[in-house]
Amino acid sequence: MEILGNLFYGLGIALSPQNLLMALFGVVLGVAIGAMPGLGSVNGVAILLPITFAVPPTSAIIFLAAIYYGAMYGGAISSITLNIPGASTAVATTFDGYPLARRGKAADALVTAAVASFIGGTFSIVLFTFFAPPLAEFALRFGPPEEFAVVLLAYATFAGLGGESPLKTLIATMLGLLMSTVGTDIVSGSPRLIFGGITGFYHGINFLVLAIGIYGVGEIFYTLEEGFKTKERYQAKLGVQEIISTLKNLRQCTATIMRGSLLGFFVGMLPAAGATPASFMSYSIAKRFAKNPQEFGKGALEGVAAPECANNAASTGSMLPMLTLGIPGSPTTAVMLGALFVWGLVPGPRLFVENAEFVWGLTGSLYIANTMAVIVAIFAVPIFIWMLRMPMTILAPIILVVCAVGGFSPTQDMFDVYLMFIFGAVGYIFRKLDYPLAPMVLALVLGGLTERTFRQSMIMSHGSPGIFFDFAGHPIAAVLMMVSVVLFVLPLIPMIFRFRVSRAGTSA
Amino acid sequence: MKSLKGSRRAIPFLTLALSLFIVVALGTTQALAAWKPTRPIEFIIMAGKGGGADRIARLMQKIVTQNKWSPQPLVPINKKGGSGAEAMLYLLSKKGNPHVILVTLNSFFTTPALRKLPVNYTKLTPVYRLAMDTFLLWVNTKSGIKNMDDFVKAVKAKKGKWTMGGTGKMQEDQLVTNMLMQAYGLKGMITYVPFRGGGTVAKNLAGGHVDSTVNNPSEGLPHYPGKMRPIAALTPERIPAFKEVPTFKELGQPQLVYFMQRSINAPGGIPKDALNWYTDLFNKLCNSKEWKDYTSKKALNRACLSGAPLGKFFANEDVKHKKLLMGMGLLKN
Repeated sequence: MEILGNLFYGLGIALSPQNLLMALFGVVLGVAIGAMPGLGSVNGVAILLPITFAVPPTSAIIFLAAIYYGAMYGGAISSITLNIPGASTAVATTFDGYPLARRGKAADALVTAAVASFIGGTFSIVLFTFFAPPLAEFALRFGPPEEFAVVLLAYATFAGLGGESPLKTLIATMLGLLMSTVGTDIVSGSPRLIFGGITGFYHGINFLVLAIGIYGVGEIFYTLEEGFKTKERYQAKLGVQEIISTLKNLRQCTATIMRGSLLGFFVGMLPAAGATPASFMSYSIAKRFAKNPQEFGKGALEGVAAPECANNAASTGSMLPMLTLGIPGSPTTAVMLGALFVWGLVPGPRLFVENAEFVWGLTGSLYIANTMAVIVAIFAVPIFIWMLRMPMTILAPIILVVCAVGGFSPTQDMFDVYLMFIFGAVGYIFRKLDYPLAPMVLALVLGGLTERTFRQSMIMSHGSPGIFFDFAGHPIAAVLMMVSVVLFVLPLIPMIFRFRVSRAGTSA
Repeated sequence: MKSLKGSRRAIPFLTLALSLFIVVALGTTQALAAWKPTRPIEFIIMAGKGGGADRIARLMQKIVTQNKWSPQPLVPINKKGGSGAEAMLYLLSKKGNPHVILVTLNSFFTTPALRKLPVNYTKLTPVYRLAMDTFLLWVNTKSGIKNMDDFVKAVKAKKGKWTMGGTGKMQEDQLVTNMLMQAYGLKGMITYVPFRGGGTVAKNLAGGHVDSTVNNPSEGLPHYPGKMRPIAALTPERIPAFKEVPTFKELGQPQLVYFMQRSINAPGGIPKDALNWYTDLFNKLCNSKEWKDYTSKKALNRACLSGAPLGKFFANEDVKHKKLLMGMGLLKN
């Protein structure tokens, strides 16, 4: 019950007028930042960090955590309304969010996203409150082989979801992996695939440049061809009644949200993995368990709820290794960790004792920020719906400008803006030829991590792949590898079966 | 007439005096209106967000902002590509631009040498050195290793399967590892596993995934003393925060001394006045209470240096790193 005492202590700190104001300010900014494609929580937190220099560390971390949280809600907004994921965590939200928006159900999707985020976040905060120290011990057991096994699991859950043509999915995935190798060799540090020294390639191909290019710019190109004639496709209604009916419909998503939240928390907690694989895995698992899997990708509410609850759960999860181990679980927490050092705090088990006010103040504020965020996000829905009603002739140029800003901001390099427009053309061609875009994006996001953890494992084992199946030495890795193998094989069985049937058919 | 004659004679003198006055007056106004940044200052970091260099840069940004020492903001920008190559090439392209500065690590010396870049420290303007980060040899507390003798024995017992975690290949940690292997006759017995950042390296030691590391003190602190144990320090004197840990010098290996410099550089050919302004700024920063607090808490050596001695320091470090790389067979003369 000591924890409950600490929690009330923390809530007390978080409810002080200054901290409450910081949380509200952070959440509103976060939602706006998240909704802006390209700004995302990493850049948002980094840009707004100087603002926190004027306040004590506890208020500062409350502010930053609120931005992080708000951005997770906001990320869904641009994914759903514009088909442009504002961050890698929101890519999976486009799969069903955008089709819903095109069917005039943007409001349903947005409300579902907000509520699922709220449940995922709250679930995760409760786990965080009660089990932070033992969970940190668990996270420490994840070294390179275990991390590789998690990444492989992410691919495995996603296999077979690409669409009708497995070959096209494979090609898209390989292209994504290929792009993830551009830049700096992760192990040796030497530049590679920089085409004779184009400096813009040194930092690699940023995920956002690809995602904004193929989704955002590609979508505009696609719309240009349609000639703005389908103005009515953005018709969307919103009133109190719509919100209530959506909330009622949400009951069908209960199981999905529960699974996604649990998965999100654990994957987010693992250093290196973070919220992006969590959201993809949650989406795929939701589809596998769904009664109506054929609805997925065409506008299923579960398809919005699953990634959204998982990415919020993961964002709280990723704060756990930051505070207890001093290692970031996501790019955003890496920046927050830097802030911790700037404030002169040392993360680790002692932080919980020596800076109890900081840790519990933050914990308390997470409950409050999460509640604020769901309210802010739902109140923001009409604004975005109103935006969608704008004619495409006005909306398209605005989106293009926002895309350009988004492509520029992560690296502040004009080269990336040009690259983004090239990806826009690629996205258009892919759509024309019916290639799936998501596997390419996923592969680019996870490619670096896959390669790094694999090569690290191989160095550790002196070249023996047995390290991944060593039940004595790396039991977690071995179990995860087995699950991945099963998941990879499962979709093949009906395929083989179908193949046989068709052969039998032709020979008869 | 006499007076007229006198005044006529006085004319050249007066002109001279007047022109002298004008020159002096202009000079003073120029000195009074010395260079100040007129645009936001790009604060380039040659490593990713959240790493050691990034943290230091953001701390500097905080101190400068809080004390209102600059009329324009410092804007941190991470250019991590190619182990710092991207950042250094960027500075080369900004020749003469006084609104760009770079915060460095030791890849400032190794990357240009290894990658044969068209830029190295001589093409940039050295501004200020603020600190020298220190290194310790760490093991997991569960290993039972308490001193260097235990360490050498344990490495030999593993018959070439001992692992050392560190940040990217051919960077500071691997140089230190190589120095250690040479000093203790352990060549070929330690496998170096590169990770992305110091924090991750420390976590992999704390979790028992690698056998040892050469982390900076600040990276090891989260796991100290519970999971990580320092064995010896690569410093000339004991580190105040780790008083009980001997130095390699005490253990009879005086050559095992290695520092990571944290310094500021500007592009080549910036105006003298701008250099003076930056020198003054970072001098204030290096002598601020905040910087003193941070360096003592994180067991960094505060090491303020500027001007010609800094140039000399860079030249020495450059030679030292080239020798280390040649000793590893990574660089040919």
